[in-house]
Amino acid sequence: MRIEIDETDRAMLRLLAADGGMNAGALGRVLGISQPAAWRRLRRLEEAGVIAARRPVLDQPALGFDVTVFLGVKLATRGRVSLDDFERAAAAIPEVQTIQHVLGLFDYRLRVVARDIGDFERVLRRRILTLPGVGQVEANVMMSEERRPGPLGPPDPPGGAV
Amino acid sequence: MNEKSIPIDDMDRRILRQMLAAPDLPTAELARRAGLSAATCWRRIERLRARGILRGQEAVIDWRALGWEVEVSLRFTLDKANPRAFDEFVAAARAVPEVIEIQTFLGRVDLRLNVIARDMGHWHEIYRSSILTLPHIAEIEALMLVSTIKDGRGLPL
Repeated sequence: MRIEIDETDRAMLRLLAADGGMNAGALGRVLGISQPAAWRRLRRLEEAGVIAARRPVLDQPALGFDVTVFLGVKLATRGRVSLDDFERAAAAIPEVQTIQHVLGLFDYRLRVVARDIGDFERVLRRRILTLPGVGQVEANVMMSEERRPGPLGPPDPPGGAV
Repeated sequence: MNEKSIPIDDMDRRILRQMLAAPDLPTAELARRAGLSAATCWRRIERLRARGILRGQEAVIDWRALGWEVEVSLRFTLDKANPRAFDEFVAAARAVPEVIEIQTFLGRVDLRLNVIARDMGHWHEIYRSSILTLPHIAEIEALMLVSTIKDGRGLPL
């Protein structure tokens, strides 16, 4: 589904990208529209799937999860069945936060969280390398992460300084 | 456990687990599922917030729903002979509006950019005019997103 959005919707998404906890009242105050108007816009964005989810942000290191690793996984065997098997088994691993099917050097990208490198090694050996169809695996330990607002920004200022 | 970790007990853990499973629950329902009274649950949530464990909420934007059909994960190796390579690369990448994520790594890959485009033609244009012009690139590999099977920030608590 695809919807048209105007400048107010864009501003709303910008605010939500910075603080996903803002409700219709808070959004309305910043945007200079009434709470019901903000609520209607918010609902429209949610119903169209533009706001796909709202989720809690946890301090992972404070909870003892110090390590995030991205894995590039190449399947040893391909075909419809092996993809399904791999996806189902990988999705069931609690340490695997995201699974993306990709085209390129690898077949899948996995985001894996662990308490420390030792814990990661355990997850890798016992859970990842034993997944059905798994072939070559490349691991990169994440050092930092920054989410950007993306192409929601206000129109470029004259002269295009940005 | 590490020096940064804050001890949480079983009650906290139950709340966080339910919250990760269903982020939109009202406190009363969250309390019921975690097996706590609403008052206790509310106090615990406030405490998790005050201790910085619960930092807030994140809105996940689905760019495809807005007509951005292409998403590419670009993996970069930088020319590390220049000590400013990382900083200058990241500063330049931040100025590209189609970049929605910047991550740095320890491993074979130095950096990753998540880049979106409206279609393949648009992608081609961004790649030539905004990506290949970024400073200090030694190598680029592209992974084109086909589909997302799982996307969460759950923790095995």
